Amino acid sequence: MVNTKDKIFQAAIHVFFIAVVLMCLMPFVLLLTTSFTSEASIVKEGYSLVPSEWSLDAYKFLWSDAENITRSYGITIFVTLIGTFVGLSISALLSYPMSRSDMPMKKQLAFYVFFTMLFNGGLVPTYIIYTQVFDMKNSLLALIIPGLLTNGFFVLIMRTFFQNSIPHAIIESASIDGAGEFKIFFKMILPLSLPILATIGLMQTIGYWNDWFNGLIYITDSKLFSLQNLLNRILLNAQFIQNNASTLNAGEVANAQIPLETVRMAMAVIGVVPLLCAYPFFQKYFVKGLVIGAVKG
Amino acid sequence: MATTASTATAKPAEQQTEVRRAQNPVLKRLKRYAPLFIMIIPGVIYLFINNYLPMLGLIIAFKDVNFAKGILASDWIGFKNFEYLFKTEDAWIITRNTLLYNISFIILNLIIAVGIAILLNEVKKKVAARFYQSIVLIPYLISMVIVGYLVLAMLSGETGFINKQILPLFGIDPISWYSEPKYWPVILVIVNVWKNVGYLCIIYLAAIIGIDPEYYEAATIDGAGKWRQITQITIPLIAPVITIMTLLQIGRIFYSDFGLFYQVPLNTGELLSTTNVVDTYVYRALINLGDIGMSSAAGLYQSVVGFVLVLLSNYIVSKRNRDNALF
Repeated sequence: MVNTKDKIFQAAIHVFFIAVVLMCLMPFVLLLTTSFTSEASIVKEGYSLVPSEWSLDAYKFLWSDAENITRSYGITIFVTLIGTFVGLSISALLSYPMSRSDMPMKKQLAFYVFFTMLFNGGLVPTYIIYTQVFDMKNSLLALIIPGLLTNGFFVLIMRTFFQNSIPHAIIESASIDGAGEFKIFFKMILPLSLPILATIGLMQTIGYWNDWFNGLIYITDSKLFSLQNLLNRILLNAQFIQNNASTLNAGEVANAQIPLETVRMAMAVIGVVPLLCAYPFFQKYFVKGLVIGAVKG
Repeated sequence: MATTASTATAKPAEQQTEVRRAQNPVLKRLKRYAPLFIMIIPGVIYLFINNYLPMLGLIIAFKDVNFAKGILASDWIGFKNFEYLFKTEDAWIITRNTLLYNISFIILNLIIAVGIAILLNEVKKKVAARFYQSIVLIPYLISMVIVGYLVLAMLSGETGFINKQILPLFGIDPISWYSEPKYWPVILVIVNVWKNVGYLCIIYLAAIIGIDPEYYEAATIDGAGKWRQITQITIPLIAPVITIMTLLQIGRIFYSDFGLFYQVPLNTGELLSTTNVVDTYVYRALINLGDIGMSSAAGLYQSVVGFVLVLLSNYIVSKRNRDNALF
C-alpha cells in the first residue's frame, strides 16, 4: 500500500521536474534550431522547433566573416584570463593579512573592505573617474579593472576561509623556523587554500566571460568588442552584421541577401555553446561557489 | 630541538637589540608586520580607486559639471539637479517600477524556489536529482545578452515562436510584443523567475540537506505524512536562511538588474513606461543624453536610499537573530 503510494509520488515528482527541465532548455533548443533553419522557411512559418527546411546558410555566412568573431573571442579570453588572475591575486593578498589575528588594524581594514559593499558611488562618478581621470575609454583596461574585486565580497569569503581552515599554529611554527611572511604566504597558505582559490577563480572567470556592461559603457570602438559586446550590439541592431560585413567583402554580400534572422541566432549559438559544453565539468564547483557566496563572508 | 637551541643562543643578542628598539615600539611593530602591510597595498589602492573615489565623486550631483573647468572647480548649484529630476514624471515612474518589480521578484522567486528545493530533496534517485539541479542552474549561468536573444526568439513580432506557433493554436492574432508596454510587467517577471530561481533553489536545497534526518525519522514514527513534515519541519528549519536571503534582497530593492531591463526589452523606447528603472534611467541620462546633472542626481538618490535600506534590513535581522546579521 505505502509502497505504491510512494511510487506514484516519485513518478509525479519526476514528471514535474521533466517539465521544469523542458522549460529551462526549450529556449536554447529553439535558438539552435532557428540558427539551422533556412531563411525562407523562417519568413514563411516563423521560428520553429521543427522547421520545414534546414540550412547551414547562417553558419556559412558567419564563416566568411569569421574575423569579427575570432577577434572578440580572443578579447574575451584575454580579459577573462588576466582579470581572473589579477583579481584573485589581489584578493588573496588582501584577505590573508586580514585573517591574521595578530595583524595590527585588522578591524579597520575589514571595515574598509566591508563598507564598499554597503555604499557605492554608482555609475556616474565611476564612469567619470575612469574616463576623465584614468582615460580608460576604448581601452581593454576598462574591461578588466572595474571587475577585479567584485565589491570586496570574495575578499571577505577568503578571509573567513583562511581564518577557519588554516590553523594559526602552523603559521607560528613556520615563522619560528625562520620563514618570512611572503614565504609563508606563497609556500604554505596558497597551497592549502587551493579549494577556495579554485572556487572563487571560477566565479570570477564566469563573471568576466559574461560581462557586457563594462564594454557597453566604456567601449565604442567595435575592434575592441568582447564576445558579449558583439552579441549585444547584434541583438540591439541586427543591421550591425550587415554594416560590419559590407566593409569586409562588400561586393559578395551586396548581391546575396544576408540571412539576417538566422545569422543573428547563429551568433548567439556560437556565443553560448562553449559555455554550455564546459558547464558539466565545472558544475560542481559552480554550485559550491554559489552556496559559499550566499552564506555571509 | 634545533629551533630551541638556536633561540637559546640568539637570546643575548636579541635582548640587546630589544633594549635599543624598546624606545620605539611602534616602529618595531611596523617592521615586524611590514610584509603583511605590503601585501594589502594593491587591494587597498584598488578599492580606493574603484570604490572610494566614486563615493567622493557623488558631490557632482550638487554641481553644474563643466569639463572645461574641471570637476572640482565646477560651480556648486545646491539641490538644483534634484529639483529638475523630481519635477519630471520619470522620477516617479522609475521609483515605482523599481520597487514594484523587485517586490514581485522577491515574493515569486521565494515561493517557487522553496517549492522546487523541497521537491528536489524528495527525489529518491540521487543521479536524477543532481541532473535536475544542474539544469535549473543553466539560466543563471548565462549572460543577460543571451537571455535577450532567447526572449527575442520567443517574442519577435514577425517570426517569434509565440506569435507563429503558440497563439495560432488558440486562434489569437499575433501581438507585437515589443511595442506594447502593458505586457512587459508579466514578461519581465517570468524572465526573472526563469533566470534566477535556480540560484535561490540551490541555496535553499543546501539548507534543507543540512537538516538533521533524525527530525524526519521521529516524525515518521509519530505518523506524520509528507505534507506535515514539510510544513512542520522543513520550512521552520530553513526559515533563518529564507529570512537572510529575503532581507538581502530587500536591502537591494532600490537596485535592479540592469541587463534584465535593458537587454531583454531590446532598449526599446516605446516600452519605457513599464521597463524603465533607476539603473536604466541613470545609464540613458549619462550615456545617451550626456546629462550629468540628472543622472548623478538619480544615482545619488539610489545610493542613499539603497544605503538606508541595507542598514534597515540588517538592523531587522540582527534584532531577530544576532548570528544571522550581516554586520
